[in-house]
Amino acid sequence: MNTIEATPPESASDTGSSAGTPPRSLISIKSVSKVYPNGTEAVRKVSLDVPGRPQFISLLGPSGCGKSTLLRMISGLERHTGGEIDWPTTPYDSKGRPLAEIGFVFQEPTLMPWASVFDNVYLPLRLKKHKKAAVHDQVMDALRMVGLEKFADSYPRELSGGMKMRVSIARALATRPKVLLMDEPFAALDEITRLKLNNDLLSLWEKQRLTVIFVTHSVFESAYLSDRIVVMAARPGRVIADIGIDAPYPRTEAYRTSSAYNEYCKEVSGLLKQAMAGVEDEH
Amino acid sequence: MDAMEQLSTTEPEDDADTPDAANGDRIRAVVHKVAFQMAPVIFGLLLLTVWEILVRINHVPPYILPGPLLIAETLYKDFGTLFPSLLITFRITVVAFAMAAIGGLLLGMLFASSRWIERSLFPYAVVLQVTPIVAIAPLIIIWAKDTQLALLICAWLVAFFPVVSNTAVGLNSTDRNLIQLFHLYGAGKFQTMWLLKLPAAMPYYLAGLRIAGGLALIGAVVAEFVAGTGGTQSGLAYRILEAGYRLQIPRMFAALVLISLTGVLIFAALSLLSRLILRKWHESAAGGH
Repeated sequence: MNTIEATPPESASDTGSSAGTPPRSLISIKSVSKVYPNGTEAVRKVSLDVPGRPQFISLLGPSGCGKSTLLRMISGLERHTGGEIDWPTTPYDSKGRPLAEIGFVFQEPTLMPWASVFDNVYLPLRLKKHKKAAVHDQVMDALRMVGLEKFADSYPRELSGGMKMRVSIARALATRPKVLLMDEPFAALDEITRLKLNNDLLSLWEKQRLTVIFVTHSVFESAYLSDRIVVMAARPGRVIADIGIDAPYPRTEAYRTSSAYNEYCKEVSGLLKQAMAGVEDEH
Repeated sequence: MDAMEQLSTTEPEDDADTPDAANGDRIRAVVHKVAFQMAPVIFGLLLLTVWEILVRINHVPPYILPGPLLIAETLYKDFGTLFPSLLITFRITVVAFAMAAIGGLLLGMLFASSRWIERSLFPYAVVLQVTPIVAIAPLIIIWAKDTQLALLICAWLVAFFPVVSNTAVGLNSTDRNLIQLFHLYGAGKFQTMWLLKLPAAMPYYLAGLRIAGGLALIGAVVAEFVAGTGGTQSGLAYRILEAGYRLQIPRMFAALVLISLTGVLIFAALSLLSRLILRKWHESAAGGH
């Protein structure tokens, strides 16, 4: 169990000179801050290194700790107001945006109700001007990954909540991304569906070897899924701990009842308590 | 909803193997269903019968209130005069409706694309809508060179507002997360409009069309009342006026019946269209078939 305290925020002058060091990380987040126009500081000087080898990283913290904001800044949905988010191994387009294939899964399934399951999953490819016939197999592959290949012609309203979430994950996988960003994807589901999807997500992650950044407020979920947990505290949002979960994959229900899992849950709970305590101190 | 569909698909069919009791239940279910479907027709026939009886018992003269039978007879006898007029009114209605459907959609898209445009123009669209068409019609009839054109403008004015406002509301109520998703995948403005906002607004737009269809007919009739033109190009409204002057009250009723039927037909056609487009995904149309 190696508890690494968050790397101290580097000064602004450091951030530009990273060219000399061999950039083997996939995403390098340095001293990133987010201040909203109304003055609210959502994230303060967060530094995080996402390595090139596939990791399952959970961003864990109480509500208001900026974990979703951080995820959205990584995806490019929101802009950071300070620091730097760099993709050292990814080419950039002319507007300075990384040409990274990112899959994003929202808390809600966020499907188009008027489109079939197939067309929903095809959407990211369609927006990139791929012809339907040309990527038919790719879309079906994504559906197969989540076990919904038989439902390609169904419409979202015919599916259960868990199945809709699977479609959402399949859509995120359709472009064969290197990074899958998930913003509390299972928070709105019932416990049984959630446990099932946790297992499915894990086996998918092991097969696809992609990096997952997973926002959650559940200690148990993060300790079960991740090989790395980044604990964040609120007001202002900051990283207070970055720990590795060294239990081997594949993880199954046996891991859920193991003492190692219990220990990790205890440790992470303690860190989360610290994160919450900081908030109460300020009041 | 699914349960309802299943219920209706397991509707009784004559099956020789089933026991008598179950058969009896099935027959009762069929009778019940047919009766439920026919309820409005039965009620209507009942009402017409009472009307006919009352008129006959009280010897109400036809120029005060004709009985339904006389109205039907007049409709049959005067069909040669009334039907061409119906076609003229119907033509104005359809053209005005089509213009409202297209223009309303385009203006709604314009409203949704810019808050400035919406803020600047919307109040005036409301002003046009709330001003009674009867009050504006005389002006339009004076300004427009051709009466038919004036009627068209009036019908369009009434029909157009619900399409605009419904389209704008529909376009603006697109799921925010889906908009972000489109942004994330680098969708252009055109793609976002065509693949996301227009489909999302479709139920609202179609609801607007259903209102606009009826309003276009009302607009066409009201404007013709105001214009009061005769001659070869007169629509049903003029036939009603004319019959009124001549105290041909049964004919008035016959024209009225034609207008009502036209309105019902327009509404039914638009409802069917809406159902066909939305049945696969929208709750409003996905229930019974």
